[in-house]
Amino acid sequence: MESVCPEVDYQKFLAEGRLMIQRSRSSGRHVFYPRVAEPVTGARDLEWVEACGRGTVYSTTVVRQKAPTPSYNVALIDLDEGVRMISCVEGVEPDAVRIGMPVQAKIVYRDDAPLVVFEPV
Amino acid sequence: MEFNLRGRTALVAGTTYGIGEAPGMSSLDLAARASVDALAQVGLSPGDVDGLFVCTPDDMLSGLTFAEYLGIHPTFTDNNRSGGSAFEIYAHTAAMALVTGQIDVALIAYGSNQRSASGKLVQSSRPSPWETPYKPMNPVSSYALAAARHMHQYGTTRRDLAEVAVAARKWAQLNPEAFVHTPLSIDDVLGARLVSDPLSVRDCCLVTDGAAAVVMVRAERARDLTDKPVYLLGAASATSHREIANMPDLTVTAAKESGRRAYAMAGVSASEIDVAMLYDAFTINTILFLEDLGFCPKGEGGRFVSDGGIAPGGRLAVNTNGGGLSCVHPGMYGLFLIEESLRQLTGRAGERQVPGARLAVAHGNGGVLSSQATVILGTEETL
Repeated sequence: MESVCPEVDYQKFLAEGRLMIQRSRSSGRHVFYPRVAEPVTGARDLEWVEACGRGTVYSTTVVRQKAPTPSYNVALIDLDEGVRMISCVEGVEPDAVRIGMPVQAKIVYRDDAPLVVFEPV
Repeated sequence: MEFNLRGRTALVAGTTYGIGEAPGMSSLDLAARASVDALAQVGLSPGDVDGLFVCTPDDMLSGLTFAEYLGIHPTFTDNNRSGGSAFEIYAHTAAMALVTGQIDVALIAYGSNQRSASGKLVQSSRPSPWETPYKPMNPVSSYALAAARHMHQYGTTRRDLAEVAVAARKWAQLNPEAFVHTPLSIDDVLGARLVSDPLSVRDCCLVTDGAAAVVMVRAERARDLTDKPVYLLGAASATSHREIANMPDLTVTAAKESGRRAYAMAGVSASEIDVAMLYDAFTINTILFLEDLGFCPKGEGGRFVSDGGIAPGGRLAVNTNGGGLSCVHPGMYGLFLIEESLRQLTGRAGERQVPGARLAVAHGNGGVLSSQATVILGTEETL
């Protein structure tokens, strides 16, 4: 089914506990962030597929806060499907996250909304 | 048929105003003051301007607002929103409008009172549905991610980044207009409070007030107005992304592309450049642009800046005004790169003068390494 509300549909899937990303039927290329058409080609044959959830840390930083507020991680994750997303790695100290670290996606709830975070494998 | 802009237009006047703190003045007041001062340098007034190129950070319609403030009705108005790189792109657009005869006098202007008005960076871009839930500190976290990747791939260190900050401060100490003059050592930077790893407060640009303006005309008329015109030899721009997650390779910016085209138009190479003004919103920027603009191979930027490499007396004069890191950074800094290049190439840079400077590159950056725009400027001998 052709998605015409890419962001809304993405969030609906997250709320169902599923990390779904798009893939063009004709090129087989995966697309993130969700859009109405494939970048460059403009192909309107994007379908939703479930991401396997595995990825690798491409880059990482720690957003420093004034004590006692905890500092936290922000990272760029390359999913196995070949797309990159901004997220965070949890389950380790924020400054212990390393580029190249294999991670697995998990959907959690923050501020009453579903959110994809990653944990070291 | 290819048309070459090389040497067809010239900067004939330029100035800064209100660098640092200018309480009680609005962004428009600052921009207007810099503009009338610059125009007056060559006996012109706002009424002579028919091409207006401006963008202020807090006003989406600033082209209209500024024309109204100056009391003019330009033939051509531009209000480019590519962040700090807008001004280098303006030089390119202005050159095209001048050379085609659609305008005769271009004014490129900027002003911001962000320090006095709010004390922090003013942003007019929309919040991102993809980034916001993770609360990155933007823009610094995006640049931090780029720095971290460069360190991972090329062994660049926090010390290399610190060298950039220390060099900028040394140049600032030679510039009476620069906002910060206090001595800065490598250890000061390494010991400074981290903001978003690996970037510390000393790796980040200042938050100041400030304004700048430059005036451009066709080359044939330049010598009627000044005996030291500075010619636009090359100009080009490129964009690669908007948000950092979509930057194809965090260690290579679109400066590689904008630089290549600007150098090609100018018919010069990096090795001939005497002064490099590289938009240093963060220390990692200078390293990336030194590489992508061909001053050193990819990955060697850390080595290039080591041991005072870009400080006064080093191997290349970079950011001779003290940069966004130590001179001025009022939200969007791109026009100051052009103004300082003009200062150097007209021999008016005082204690920080690069002797015999003939060729300068002014390279602007916008967003989070998102937009890159390169301008090559040269004295009359380089035509």
